[in-house]
Amino acid sequence: MFSTGFSSNDLLFLLNGAWVTLQLTFWSILLGSLAGLLFGLLRALLPRASLPLAWVLDVFRSVPLLIQFVLFNSLKSIVGLNISAFSVGCIVLGVYAAAYFTEIVRAGVLSVPFTLRRASRSLGLSFLQDLRWIVLPMATRVAFPGWLNLVLGVMKDTALVMWIGIVELLRASQTIVTRIQEPLLVLCIAGLIYYVMSLVVARLGARLERRWQEND
Amino acid sequence: MIEIDNVHKSFGDLAVVKGVSLTVNKGEVVSIIGGSGSGKSTLLMCINGLEPIQKGSIRVDGVEVHDSTTDLNRLRQKIGIVFQQWNAFPHLTVLENVMLAPRKVLGKSKCDAEELAVQQLTHVGLADKLKTFPGKLSGGQQQRMAIARALAMSPDYMLFDEATSALDPQLVGEVLDTMRMLAEDGMTMVLVTHEIRFARDVSDRVAFFRNGLVHEIGSPDQVIGNPVHAETAAFLKSVK
Repeated sequence: MFSTGFSSNDLLFLLNGAWVTLQLTFWSILLGSLAGLLFGLLRALLPRASLPLAWVLDVFRSVPLLIQFVLFNSLKSIVGLNISAFSVGCIVLGVYAAAYFTEIVRAGVLSVPFTLRRASRSLGLSFLQDLRWIVLPMATRVAFPGWLNLVLGVMKDTALVMWIGIVELLRASQTIVTRIQEPLLVLCIAGLIYYVMSLVVARLGARLERRWQEND
Repeated sequence: MIEIDNVHKSFGDLAVVKGVSLTVNKGEVVSIIGGSGSGKSTLLMCINGLEPIQKGSIRVDGVEVHDSTTDLNRLRQKIGIVFQQWNAFPHLTVLENVMLAPRKVLGKSKCDAEELAVQQLTHVGLADKLKTFPGKLSGGQQQRMAIARALAMSPDYMLFDEATSALDPQLVGEVLDTMRMLAEDGMTMVLVTHEIRFARDVSDRVAFFRNGLVHEIGSPDQVIGNPVHAETAAFLKSVK
Protein backbone atom coordinates (compact mmCIF):
# COMPACT_ATOMS: atom_id res chain seq x y z
CA MET A 1 0.00 0.00 0.00
CA PHE A 2 2.74 2.45 0.99
CA SER A 3 6.11 1.72 -0.53
CA THR A 4 9.04 4.09 -0.81
CA GLY A 5 12.38 4.23 -2.49
CA PHE A 6 13.83 6.04 0.53
CA SER A 7 16.52 3.76 1.94
CA SER A 8 18.58 3.84 5.10
CA ASN A 9 21.52 4.90 2.95
CA ASP A 10 19.54 7.95 1.89
CA LEU A 11 18.91 8.79 5.52
CA LEU A 12 22.62 8.53 6.20
CA PHE A 13 23.24 10.83 3.23
CA LEU A 14 20.80 13.35 4.70
CA LEU A 15 22.40 13.15 8.12
CA ASN A 16 25.78 13.77 6.53
CA GLY A 17 24.28 16.87 4.94
CA ALA A 18 22.89 17.89 8.34
CA TRP A 19 26.37 17.54 9.81
CA VAL A 20 27.71 19.94 7.15
CA THR A 21 24.87 22.33 8.03
CA LEU A 22 25.84 22.19 11.70
CA GLN A 23 29.51 22.79 10.92
CA LEU A 24 28.69 25.74 8.69
CA THR A 25 26.43 27.16 11.40
CA PHE A 26 29.05 26.67 14.10
CA TRP A 27 31.92 28.35 12.25
CA SER A 28 29.90 31.22 10.86
CA ILE A 29 28.30 31.92 14.26
CA LEU A 30 31.71 31.77 15.92
CA LEU A 31 33.12 34.25 13.41
CA GLY A 32 29.97 36.38 13.51
CA SER A 33 29.82 36.46 17.31
CA LEU A 34 33.45 37.44 17.84
CA ALA A 35 33.38 40.11 15.14
CA GLY A 36 29.88 41.26 16.12
CA LEU A 37 30.87 41.58 19.78
CA LEU A 38 33.86 43.72 18.89
CA PHE A 39 31.94 45.83 16.37
CA GLY A 40 28.93 46.17 18.66
CA LEU A 41 31.09 47.45 21.52
CA LEU A 42 32.72 49.94 19.17
CA ARG A 43 29.31 51.08 17.94
CA ALA A 44 27.96 51.51 21.45
CA LEU A 45 31.00 53.09 23.09
CA LEU A 46 32.38 55.18 20.21
CA PRO A 47 29.26 55.90 18.15
CA ARG A 48 30.72 58.72 16.14
CA ALA A 49 34.13 57.24 15.35
CA SER A 50 32.61 53.92 14.34
CA LEU A 51 30.06 55.39 11.95
CA PRO A 52 31.91 54.22 8.79
CA LEU A 53 31.82 50.70 10.23
CA ALA A 54 28.03 50.97 10.47
CA TRP A 55 27.82 51.92 6.80
CA VAL A 56 29.86 48.91 5.75
CA LEU A 57 27.83 46.54 7.92
CA ASP A 58 24.62 48.01 6.51
CA VAL A 59 25.67 46.73 3.09
CA PHE A 60 25.95 43.18 4.41
CA ARG A 61 22.59 43.44 6.15
CA SER A 62 20.83 44.83 3.11
CA VAL A 63 22.09 42.77 0.16
CA PRO A 64 20.37 39.36 -0.14
CA LEU A 65 22.57 36.59 1.14
CA LEU A 66 22.34 34.64 -2.10
CA ILE A 67 23.86 37.55 -4.03
CA GLN A 68 26.63 37.81 -1.46
CA PHE A 69 27.45 34.11 -1.85
CA VAL A 70 27.60 34.23 -5.62
CA LEU A 71 29.54 37.51 -5.71
CA PHE A 72 32.10 36.44 -3.15
CA ASN A 73 32.49 33.06 -4.84
CA SER A 74 33.17 34.77 -8.16
CA LEU A 75 35.49 37.25 -6.55
CA LYS A 76 37.41 34.32 -5.11
CA SER A 77 37.96 32.93 -8.62
CA ILE A 78 38.81 36.32 -10.10
CA VAL A 79 41.53 37.19 -7.59
CA GLY A 80 42.68 33.55 -7.50
CA LEU A 81 42.04 33.01 -3.81
CA ASN A 82 42.66 29.36 -3.11
CA ILE A 83 40.04 28.53 -0.49
CA SER A 84 37.35 25.89 -0.41
CA ALA A 85 33.68 26.54 -1.07
CA PHE A 86 33.09 25.58 2.55
CA SER A 87 35.36 28.41 3.72
CA VAL A 88 33.58 30.83 1.40
CA GLY A 89 30.29 29.74 2.96
CA CYS A 90 31.62 30.27 6.47
CA ILE A 91 33.09 33.68 5.68
CA VAL A 92 30.02 35.07 3.91
CA LEU A 93 27.62 33.73 6.54
CA GLY A 94 29.99 34.87 9.29
CA VAL A 95 30.15 38.43 8.01
CA TYR A 96 26.38 38.44 7.54
CA ALA A 97 25.89 37.21 11.12
CA ALA A 98 28.42 39.78 12.39
CA ALA A 99 26.45 42.58 10.73
CA TYR A 100 23.30 41.54 12.57
CA PHE A 101 25.00 40.69 15.84
CA THR A 102 26.67 44.12 15.92
CA GLU A 103 23.27 45.74 16.30
CA ILE A 104 22.18 43.19 18.92
CA VAL A 105 25.30 43.86 21.01
CA ARG A 106 24.93 47.61 20.59
CA ALA A 107 21.35 47.49 21.84
CA GLY A 108 22.43 45.31 24.78
CA VAL A 109 25.22 47.65 25.83
CA LEU A 110 23.01 50.72 25.49
CA SER A 111 20.35 49.05 27.64
CA VAL A 112 22.63 49.20 30.69
CA PRO A 113 21.50 52.30 32.59
CA PHE A 114 24.02 55.09 32.61
CA THR A 115 23.45 55.53 36.35
CA LEU A 116 24.66 51.98 37.05
CA ARG A 117 27.87 52.58 35.16
CA ARG A 118 28.30 55.79 37.07
CA ALA A 119 27.82 53.90 40.33
CA SER A 120 30.45 51.34 39.43
CA ARG A 121 32.92 54.01 38.36
CA SER A 122 32.29 55.86 41.63
CA LEU A 123 33.51 52.75 43.48
CA GLY A 124 36.85 53.10 41.71
CA LEU A 125 36.31 50.56 38.92
CA SER A 126 38.20 51.51 35.78
CA PHE A 127 36.52 51.83 32.39
CA LEU A 128 37.51 48.29 31.45
CA GLN A 129 36.55 46.82 34.83
CA ASP A 130 33.15 48.47 34.54
CA LEU A 131 32.81 46.96 31.07
CA ARG A 132 33.85 43.51 32.20
CA TRP A 133 31.92 43.21 35.47
CA ILE A 134 28.86 45.41 34.99
CA VAL A 135 28.16 46.25 31.36
CA LEU A 136 28.92 42.93 29.66
CA PRO A 137 27.04 40.67 32.12
CA MET A 138 24.00 42.91 32.01
CA ALA A 139 24.11 43.41 28.25
CA THR A 140 24.41 39.64 27.76
CA ARG A 141 21.01 39.08 29.33
CA VAL A 142 19.46 41.59 26.98
CA ALA A 143 21.31 40.48 23.85
CA PHE A 144 21.02 36.73 24.35
CA PRO A 145 17.53 36.15 22.92
CA GLY A 146 18.50 38.15 19.85
CA TRP A 147 21.67 36.13 19.48
CA LEU A 148 19.71 32.88 19.74
CA ASN A 149 17.36 34.06 17.01
CA LEU A 150 20.37 34.82 14.88
CA VAL A 151 21.78 31.31 15.40
CA LEU A 152 18.51 29.73 14.30
CA GLY A 153 18.27 32.12 11.35
CA VAL A 154 21.82 31.40 10.22
CA MET A 155 21.25 27.65 10.55
CA LYS A 156 18.45 27.92 8.01
CA ASP A 157 20.33 30.39 5.83
CA THR A 158 23.11 27.82 5.43
CA ALA A 159 20.76 26.17 2.93
CA LEU A 160 21.78 28.89 0.46
CA VAL A 161 25.35 27.61 0.23
CA MET A 162 24.17 24.83 -2.04
CA TRP A 163 24.30 27.44 -4.81
CA ILE A 164 28.08 27.53 -4.52
CA GLY A 165 28.32 23.74 -4.61
CA ILE A 166 28.34 22.59 -1.02
CA VAL A 167 26.33 19.52 -0.19
CA GLU A 168 24.51 20.34 3.02
CA LEU A 169 21.13 19.16 4.27
CA LEU A 170 18.93 20.82 1.65
CA ARG A 171 21.22 19.97 -1.28
CA ALA A 172 21.43 16.39 -0.04
CA SER A 173 17.65 16.11 0.05
CA GLN A 174 17.37 17.48 -3.49
CA THR A 175 19.82 14.89 -4.72
CA ILE A 176 17.65 12.17 -3.25
CA VAL A 177 14.47 13.73 -4.61
CA THR A 178 15.97 13.68 -8.09
CA ARG A 179 16.64 9.98 -7.78
CA ILE A 180 13.56 8.59 -6.02
CA GLN A 181 11.02 11.22 -7.17
CA GLU A 182 9.33 11.51 -3.77
CA PRO A 183 9.77 15.21 -2.95
CA LEU A 184 7.11 15.42 -0.24
CA LEU A 185 8.54 12.61 1.84
CA VAL A 186 12.16 13.69 1.49
CA LEU A 187 11.45 17.35 2.19
CA CYS A 188 9.41 16.37 5.24
CA ILE A 189 12.33 14.36 6.56
CA ALA A 190 14.80 17.18 5.82
CA GLY A 191 12.45 19.66 7.48
CA LEU A 192 12.17 17.42 10.51
CA ILE A 193 15.95 17.30 10.83
CA TYR A 194 16.12 21.12 10.68
CA TYR A 195 13.37 21.28 13.27
CA VAL A 196 15.13 18.92 15.68
CA MET A 197 18.43 20.80 15.35
CA SER A 198 16.71 24.13 16.00
CA LEU A 199 14.73 22.70 18.89
CA VAL A 200 17.89 21.56 20.68
CA VAL A 201 19.50 24.99 20.30
CA ALA A 202 16.34 26.81 21.38
CA ARG A 203 15.83 24.57 24.42
CA LEU A 204 19.43 25.01 25.59
CA GLY A 205 18.98 28.74 25.24
CA ALA A 206 15.67 28.79 27.09
CA ARG A 207 17.21 26.87 29.97
CA LEU A 208 20.01 29.45 30.27
CA GLU A 209 17.52 32.31 30.20
CA ARG A 210 15.41 30.73 32.90
CA ARG A 211 18.42 30.51 35.14
CA TRP A 212 19.07 34.23 34.69
CA GLN A 213 15.47 35.15 35.24
CA GLU A 214 15.34 33.40 38.59
CA ASN A 215 17.67 36.11 39.81
CA ASP A 216 15.64 39.07 38.71
CA MET B 1 39.64 67.91 53.63
CA ILE B 2 37.57 68.80 50.56
CA GLU B 3 38.35 72.27 49.21
CA ILE B 4 35.95 73.57 46.59
CA ASP B 5 37.13 76.83 45.11
CA ASN B 6 35.06 78.98 42.74
CA VAL B 7 33.71 76.00 40.77
CA HIS B 8 31.77 76.59 37.59
CA LYS B 9 29.96 73.78 35.85
CA SER B 10 27.64 73.90 32.87
CA PHE B 11 25.91 71.41 30.62
CA GLY B 12 26.21 72.92 27.18
CA ASP B 13 24.85 76.44 27.46
CA LEU B 14 23.13 75.76 30.75
CA ALA B 15 25.23 76.98 33.68
CA VAL B 16 24.37 74.90 36.71
CA VAL B 17 27.08 75.72 39.22
CA LYS B 18 28.22 79.33 39.01
CA GLY B 19 31.17 79.82 41.31
CA VAL B 20 30.74 77.75 44.45
CA SER B 21 33.37 77.76 47.16
CA LEU B 22 33.04 75.44 50.12
CA THR B 23 35.43 73.66 52.45
CA VAL B 24 34.55 70.45 54.22
CA ASN B 25 36.86 69.59 57.09
CA LYS B 26 37.78 66.12 58.26
CA GLY B 27 35.05 64.67 60.48
CA GLU B 28 32.56 67.32 59.51
CA VAL B 29 29.01 66.71 58.28
CA VAL B 30 27.86 69.32 55.79
CA SER B 31 24.34 69.32 54.41
CA ILE B 32 23.41 71.04 51.20
CA ILE B 33 19.79 72.07 50.82
CA GLY B 34 18.06 74.00 48.08
CA GLY B 35 15.47 73.77 45.35
CA SER B 36 15.81 71.50 42.33
CA GLY B 37 18.12 72.90 39.69
CA SER B 38 20.14 74.81 42.27
CA GLY B 39 23.26 72.82 41.37
CA LYS B 40 23.65 70.86 44.59
CA SER B 41 23.63 67.35 43.10
CA THR B 42 25.82 68.41 40.22
CA LEU B 43 28.41 69.76 42.63
CA LEU B 44 28.50 66.37 44.35
CA MET B 45 29.22 64.63 41.04
CA CYS B 46 32.09 67.03 40.45
CA ILE B 47 33.71 66.22 43.80
CA ASN B 48 34.76 62.75 42.72
CA GLY B 49 35.24 63.64 39.07
CA LEU B 50 32.13 61.97 37.66
CA GLU B 51 31.39 65.30 36.01
CA PRO B 52 34.07 67.60 34.60
CA ILE B 53 34.10 71.26 35.65
CA GLN B 54 34.71 74.31 33.48
CA LYS B 55 36.41 76.59 35.94
CA GLY B 56 37.75 76.64 39.48
CA SER B 57 39.25 73.76 41.41
CA ILE B 58 38.32 70.94 43.75
CA ARG B 59 40.99 69.43 45.97
CA VAL B 60 40.50 66.33 48.09
CA ASP B 61 43.27 65.86 50.65
CA GLY B 62 45.35 68.24 48.54
CA VAL B 63 44.87 66.27 45.32
CA GLU B 64 43.48 68.24 42.42
CA VAL B 65 40.43 66.24 41.23
CA HIS B 66 40.12 67.83 37.81
CA ASP B 67 43.74 67.57 36.80
CA SER B 68 44.48 65.35 33.82
CA THR B 69 47.34 63.68 35.72
CA THR B 70 45.14 62.68 38.65
CA ASP B 71 44.33 58.98 38.87
CA LEU B 72 40.58 59.29 39.36
CA ASN B 73 40.06 55.56 39.92
CA ARG B 74 42.45 55.79 42.84
CA LEU B 75 40.95 58.98 44.20
CA ARG B 76 37.42 57.56 44.05
CA GLN B 77 38.46 54.76 46.40
CA LYS B 78 38.40 57.20 49.26
CA ILE B 79 35.23 59.02 48.26
CA GLY B 80 32.11 56.91 48.64
CA ILE B 81 28.94 58.11 46.99
CA VAL B 82 25.33 57.03 47.45
CA PHE B 83 22.86 57.97 44.74
CA GLN B 84 19.21 58.83 44.70
CA GLN B 85 18.39 55.82 42.50
CA TRP B 86 20.18 53.28 44.71
CA ASN B 87 21.87 51.69 41.66
CA ALA B 88 22.21 48.11 42.84
CA PHE B 89 23.89 45.85 40.28
CA PRO B 90 20.93 43.59 39.45
CA HIS B 91 22.94 40.62 38.19
CA LEU B 92 24.88 40.25 41.44
CA THR B 93 23.70 39.11 44.86
CA VAL B 94 23.75 41.55 47.76
CA LEU B 95 27.01 40.03 48.95
CA GLU B 96 28.56 40.17 45.47
CA ASN B 97 27.46 43.78 45.02
CA VAL B 98 29.47 44.73 48.08
CA MET B 99 32.41 42.42 47.34
CA LEU B 100 32.96 43.55 43.75
CA ALA B 101 34.98 46.73 44.27
CA PRO B 102 37.12 45.45 47.17
CA ARG B 103 38.05 42.45 45.02
CA LYS B 104 38.59 44.13 41.67
CA VAL B 105 39.80 47.55 42.74
CA LEU B 106 41.62 46.85 46.02
CA GLY B 107 42.69 43.37 44.90
CA LYS B 108 41.51 41.68 48.08
CA SER B 109 41.18 37.90 48.16
CA LYS B 110 37.71 36.42 47.89
CA CYS B 111 37.87 35.43 51.53
CA ASP B 112 38.90 38.86 52.79
CA ALA B 113 36.41 40.65 50.59
CA GLU B 114 33.61 38.41 51.80
CA GLU B 115 34.50 38.98 55.43
CA LEU B 116 34.56 42.72 54.83
CA ALA B 117 31.27 42.67 52.94
CA VAL B 118 29.49 40.60 55.59
CA GLN B 119 30.73 43.00 58.23
CA GLN B 120 29.45 46.05 56.35
CA LEU B 121 26.13 44.42 55.50
CA THR B 122 25.64 43.42 59.12
CA HIS B 123 26.37 47.00 60.08
CA VAL B 124 23.48 48.25 57.92
CA GLY B 125 21.17 45.43 59.03
CA LEU B 126 21.24 43.22 55.95
CA ALA B 127 23.05 40.19 57.37
CA ASP B 128 20.10 37.95 56.49
CA LYS B 129 20.01 39.04 52.81
CA LEU B 130 23.50 38.11 51.67
CA LYS B 131 22.48 35.65 48.93
CA THR B 132 19.44 37.64 47.83
CA PHE B 133 19.38 39.46 44.51
CA PRO B 134 18.65 43.22 44.74
CA GLY B 135 15.43 42.87 42.74
CA LYS B 136 13.92 41.06 45.71
CA LEU B 137 14.75 43.84 48.19
CA SER B 138 12.73 46.90 49.11
CA GLY B 139 14.02 50.31 48.09
CA GLY B 140 15.21 51.02 51.61
CA GLN B 141 17.10 47.74 51.75
CA GLN B 142 18.68 48.42 48.37
CA GLN B 143 19.75 51.84 49.51
CA ARG B 144 21.28 50.44 52.71
CA MET B 145 23.08 47.90 50.53
CA ALA B 146 24.41 50.76 48.41
CA ILE B 147 25.70 52.41 51.59
CA ALA B 148 27.41 49.17 52.66
CA ARG B 149 28.88 48.86 49.16
CA ALA B 150 30.41 52.31 49.39
CA LEU B 151 31.64 51.72 52.95
CA ALA B 152 33.36 48.46 51.96
CA MET B 153 35.98 50.57 50.20
CA SER B 154 36.81 52.18 53.59
CA PRO B 155 36.31 55.68 52.21
CA ASP B 156 37.43 58.78 54.06
CA TYR B 157 34.50 60.74 52.69
CA MET B 158 30.89 59.84 52.02
CA LEU B 159 28.70 61.84 49.64
CA PHE B 160 24.94 61.33 49.71
CA ASP B 161 22.97 62.55 46.73
CA GLU B 162 19.35 62.79 47.90
CA ALA B 163 19.70 59.27 49.25
CA THR B 164 16.11 59.10 50.47
CA SER B 165 14.28 61.06 47.77
CA ALA B 166 13.27 58.03 45.72
CA LEU B 167 12.05 55.98 48.69
CA ASP B 168 8.55 55.33 49.93
CA PRO B 169 7.93 57.48 53.01
CA GLN B 170 7.86 54.53 55.40
CA LEU B 171 11.32 53.41 54.18
CA VAL B 172 13.04 56.76 54.63
CA GLY B 173 13.60 56.26 58.35
CA GLU B 174 15.74 53.13 58.08
CA VAL B 175 18.11 54.81 55.61
CA LEU B 176 18.33 58.01 57.66
CA ASP B 177 19.13 55.89 60.74
CA THR B 178 21.99 54.28 58.85
CA MET B 179 23.30 57.69 57.80
CA ARG B 180 22.95 59.01 61.34
CA MET B 181 24.97 56.06 62.61
CA LEU B 182 27.72 56.91 60.14
CA ALA B 183 27.75 60.54 61.20
CA GLU B 184 28.04 59.51 64.83
CA ASP B 185 30.99 57.27 63.90
CA GLY B 186 32.80 60.42 62.79
CA MET B 187 32.59 59.95 59.03
CA THR B 188 33.18 63.07 56.94
CA MET B 189 29.97 63.52 55.02
CA VAL B 190 28.41 65.80 52.46
CA LEU B 191 24.67 65.33 52.17
CA VAL B 192 22.44 66.73 49.51
CA THR B 193 19.05 66.33 51.12
CA HIS B 194 15.47 67.46 51.37
CA GLU B 195 15.13 66.05 54.89
CA ILE B 196 15.44 69.37 56.66
CA ARG B 197 14.91 68.04 60.17
CA PHE B 198 17.50 65.33 59.62
CA ALA B 199 19.96 67.88 58.24
CA ARG B 200 19.45 70.00 61.31
CA ASP B 201 20.05 67.01 63.60
CA VAL B 202 23.23 65.56 62.13
CA SER B 203 24.99 68.44 60.38
CA ASP B 204 27.79 70.60 61.64
CA ARG B 205 27.03 73.09 58.91
CA VAL B 206 24.21 73.61 56.44
CA ALA B 207 24.56 75.31 53.07
CA PHE B 208 21.57 76.68 51.19
CA PHE B 209 22.10 76.62 47.43
CA ARG B 210 20.28 78.92 45.10
CA ASN B 211 20.84 79.47 41.36
CA GLY B 212 24.14 77.62 41.37
CA LEU B 213 25.59 79.55 44.29
CA VAL B 214 25.95 79.16 48.03
CA HIS B 215 23.30 81.57 49.17
CA GLU B 216 23.67 81.06 52.87
CA ILE B 217 25.90 78.85 54.99
CA GLY B 218 26.29 78.39 58.71
CA SER B 219 25.35 76.27 61.69
CA PRO B 220 22.11 74.30 61.33
CA ASP B 221 20.45 76.32 64.05
CA GLN B 222 21.30 79.51 62.28
CA VAL B 223 20.52 78.55 58.64
CA ILE B 224 17.46 76.42 59.39
CA GLY B 225 16.35 77.94 62.68
CA ASN B 226 17.00 81.55 62.00
CA PRO B 227 17.92 82.22 58.35
CA VAL B 228 19.36 85.59 57.44
CA HIS B 229 18.12 85.65 53.85
CA ALA B 230 14.50 85.87 52.84
CA GLU B 231 15.06 83.25 50.06
CA THR B 232 16.32 80.73 52.60
CA ALA B 233 13.30 81.30 54.79
CA ALA B 234 10.99 80.99 51.78
CA PHE B 235 12.60 77.71 50.74
CA LEU B 236 12.38 76.26 54.24
CA LYS B 237 8.77 77.21 54.42
CA SER B 238 8.06 75.55 51.07
CA VAL B 239 9.53 72.19 52.06
CA LYS B 240 7.95 71.98 55.48
